[in-house]
Amino acid sequence: MHRPLHQTCLIYLAVAVLAFVTLAPIAWLFIMSIANPTDLVTVPLRWIPAHPDFSRYGKLLGLTGDITENPFLNGLKNSLIAAVGATLVAIVVSTLAAFGFARRNAPQALLFLMLATFMMPPITYVLPLYSVFSDLRLLNTPFTLVVVYCSMLIPFAAWLLKSNFDAFPAEIEQAAMIEGAGTLRILREVVLPIARPAVVAAAMLSFLVAWDEFFYALLFTSDLRGKTLPVAIADFAAGRVTDYGVIAAVGILATIPPTAIALLFQRHLISGLSAGGVKG
Amino acid sequence: MHFKILAATALASLVGLSAPAFADTQLNALFMSQAAYSEADVKAMTADFEKANPGVKVNVEFVPYEALHDKIVAAAGAGDRGYDVILYDVIWPAEFVKKGFLKDVTDKVPAADHDKIFDGAWTTVTYDSKVYGMPWILDTKYLYYNKDILAKAGISAPPKTWAELESQAEQIKAKGLVKYPIVWSWQQAEALICDFTTLTSAYGGSFLKDGKPAFQTGGAVEAVKYMRETLDKGVTNPSSREYLEEDVRKVFSNGEAAFALNWTYMYALANDPKQSKVAGQVGIEPAPGVDGISKASAVNGSMGLGIASNSAHPDEAWKYVTFLSSKDVQDKYAKLSLPIWKASYTEPAVTQGQEYLVKAADVSLGLMFLRPAVPYYTELSNILQKNIHAALLGEDTPQAALDAAAARAARLR
Amino acid sequence: MESWRPRSEKWLLLAPALLILSAITLWPLAQTLWLSFTDAEITAVKQPIHWIGFDNYVYALTDPDFQDALSRTLYFTIVSVGLETVIGVAVALLLNLEFKGRTFARMLIVLPWALPNIVNAMMWRLIYHPEYGALNALLVQTGILSDYRSWLGEPGLALHMVIFADVWKNFPLIAFVALAALQTIPRELFEAARVEGAGAWHQFKAIVLSAIIGPVLVIVILRTVEAFRVFDIIYVMTRGGPADSTKTASFFVYQEYFSYLRAGSGASYAAIVAAISAVLIAIYLGAVRRQAKAAA
Repeated sequence: MHRPLHQTCLIYLAVAVLAFVTLAPIAWLFIMSIANPTDLVTVPLRWIPAHPDFSRYGKLLGLTGDITENPFLNGLKNSLIAAVGATLVAIVVSTLAAFGFARRNAPQALLFLMLATFMMPPITYVLPLYSVFSDLRLLNTPFTLVVVYCSMLIPFAAWLLKSNFDAFPAEIEQAAMIEGAGTLRILREVVLPIARPAVVAAAMLSFLVAWDEFFYALLFTSDLRGKTLPVAIADFAAGRVTDYGVIAAVGILATIPPTAIALLFQRHLISGLSAGGVKG
Repeated sequence: MHFKILAATALASLVGLSAPAFADTQLNALFMSQAAYSEADVKAMTADFEKANPGVKVNVEFVPYEALHDKIVAAAGAGDRGYDVILYDVIWPAEFVKKGFLKDVTDKVPAADHDKIFDGAWTTVTYDSKVYGMPWILDTKYLYYNKDILAKAGISAPPKTWAELESQAEQIKAKGLVKYPIVWSWQQAEALICDFTTLTSAYGGSFLKDGKPAFQTGGAVEAVKYMRETLDKGVTNPSSREYLEEDVRKVFSNGEAAFALNWTYMYALANDPKQSKVAGQVGIEPAPGVDGISKASAVNGSMGLGIASNSAHPDEAWKYVTFLSSKDVQDKYAKLSLPIWKASYTEPAVTQGQEYLVKAADVSLGLMFLRPAVPYYTELSNILQKNIHAALLGEDTPQAALDAAAARAARLR
Repeated sequence: MESWRPRSEKWLLLAPALLILSAITLWPLAQTLWLSFTDAEITAVKQPIHWIGFDNYVYALTDPDFQDALSRTLYFTIVSVGLETVIGVAVALLLNLEFKGRTFARMLIVLPWALPNIVNAMMWRLIYHPEYGALNALLVQTGILSDYRSWLGEPGLALHMVIFADVWKNFPLIAFVALAALQTIPRELFEAARVEGAGAWHQFKAIVLSAIIGPVLVIVILRTVEAFRVFDIIYVMTRGGPADSTKTASFFVYQEYFSYLRAGSGASYAAIVAAISAVLIAIYLGAVRRQAKAAA
């Protein structure tokens, strides 16, 4: 396909602008994280640090200094428990539900109700949840967040998987049924192997949503025992910080897991998102 | 009900699995990472306490001041997974006592201590003549100035009145020494109200009269008019309207301001060459007064340590609170926050190297103006913040803004 | 054996999901509604709760600050999602063209989307800092601006700076979906349109728009529902200021609960927010249903 030169130039110009706008803020965040503290409060600003300094990363990761009360590592641990735990539970639960909707004739209205609960603002749920977790003495632990996050993940994971299961030919499953296999076995041995890409997409999206969650975590956790990374970052960024670079470094580190996942599973994600988009 | 208990035990044992087994008493304490004692100071004091009290381990948690109130509230529901010791601001006891967040410790405070501690400090932890903890941070806003800039402008003495501050700032601006001579913490936050309170006290104004808004008349209006005027004249840094105390410190430490209003802690930090370009140039005075009304002005910005009402270890918590507020500990860490004890102010450990701070404190601590001690303070303050901010942004005149705030406050429930 | 299976088994399959969702969403929603008719407060000691009828709603609906917060939230939602849609579709069209480095460019736009919300908010707050922020430095050093500005300190401007940060993070989502839809258009369709001499705009409307409008619409409504609950970016960037100009509905309710400790009154505000969300959700589900039918 040939296109006139001026069109080609225009395209590359547009791409250059796009690349700059998406990359520049993140690049700057990274530069801040390795810049000298004094460079960051110099007016006019110095763009390129004279002596890149990676020591903040070492400190945050506990390679140097005191690790017992390291807010970053504790936040990371709690975030991992909450996000991974919620994703695992949600995928199992929503696979069962999706199969019920796609193959066992469960009322579709319920599926829509589930989607509706997922779209309500958390502010409408938060206070009663807070009171009951308080009565049960379950505040300030990432395990409580696992349950709460599940409720956010199940509806869309179920929807995504259901639209995927819908597309399978019924014959494969029927063949297994005739052999006397129970539903769980059919799910495990017949459906899931075929639906793997959809499950991966649902799991990745779930993880990203849970990793990102801030509102519930802010209210249901209060210290190192429960705080997830987003809450730790919010507290960190607003307190007495002599050095903007530390905040920047925390931001970069918190971005690595979701970015790695998003990039590694980009294909799955886009197909998952658009399946979610097209069919719900 | 049975289900509830069952679920609770099941989940609690699950949670328990992740926590380390401990024989020690674990205390959890909430502090702020802003102004006054640094995180390092608090951790060092805590380590000293643990050494002196084997068998008690204290986990310390820090949140920004802006998150402190809501964190105390949200954690109150967490029971033994919440906090035992909480740091709270002078403006909260009325509300916290009414809602049952704090333990009454009136009987535990030795009677002998009453006269040894400043009255302004006691106010912080007293409500309805009962005591809810120990005062810990005795703080007010001081006027900081850059000696170097003042000298270059030919100014021989720092301002004694707010009008003088304004004219000196104009002089400095005219000479082109700094673009905006004065910097404040006027973000829509409690910090704004602290500056406003200082000015209101200078102009002889008040917040409430007989429980009704009184800030729409007299000194409080003059205070906002003054704030607005310094912005209009270009002597106040316009970015002040999005600054908190830490921003003020950075701008002042960077030599970009001749004057700043800030808490005690800035004195040591602005004089620290590692994080300041103006070390050695920092002057400190009580916040100015107004001719014919006041000689100086101050806001009561003190904070206290209390025991959360649902703490499972109130006795150990009280030991920790009294340790942190003891004279010895406070004298040892007097660089970022001055002691609550009257006798400390003649101790060399406290005065050495900060004679000027102590001299300013001598005046200011006696003048500390109190923000209203009412249970609905947080909301009242938010109404004031919004409307004063509108006036500072030029969306409203000072009078109209405070009238609007008074009208809104009348709707308070 | 075979006969019970289809009927009761579906409930067994659904049971865990329904159990979790009723406990974490339906039950609290009912509780919130109940609370909204009471004078309950957040306290550390149990206090009696009184039924006060519609008092809270009367107060909430006559509260000018809440009305402002609602209209502000709608404004944020419409402008944010509107910009995200236009930019997202434009970027998708660009990335659907053939050029060197296309794969790399497609990977690039994953970055803003993968960045956690809180990090995004914090990053832009640092960039917007009036004295030491990169934005002022960049604009002044390149001569675009003569003087430093207070980006988050001026009402009007502050909300738009927050919107910008939100759009920057979320346009890729719409771009992904639009791009995936674009890739389903067979090349021959374009060729055919060209042969017939259809104008560029006409071609765009006829082929491109009809292919992407369905999926994009659904994701746009989803984003709308999400933008309407905006909280974290406000919490980190402005905390509602300056002069309340960025205080959104969620932040407003949060304050009513945890700053003013009014559970009952807060619940009535929350219920109003829920009612508005329900309308948005109904629109969304309607669109999804239509899509599902069209796809079937």
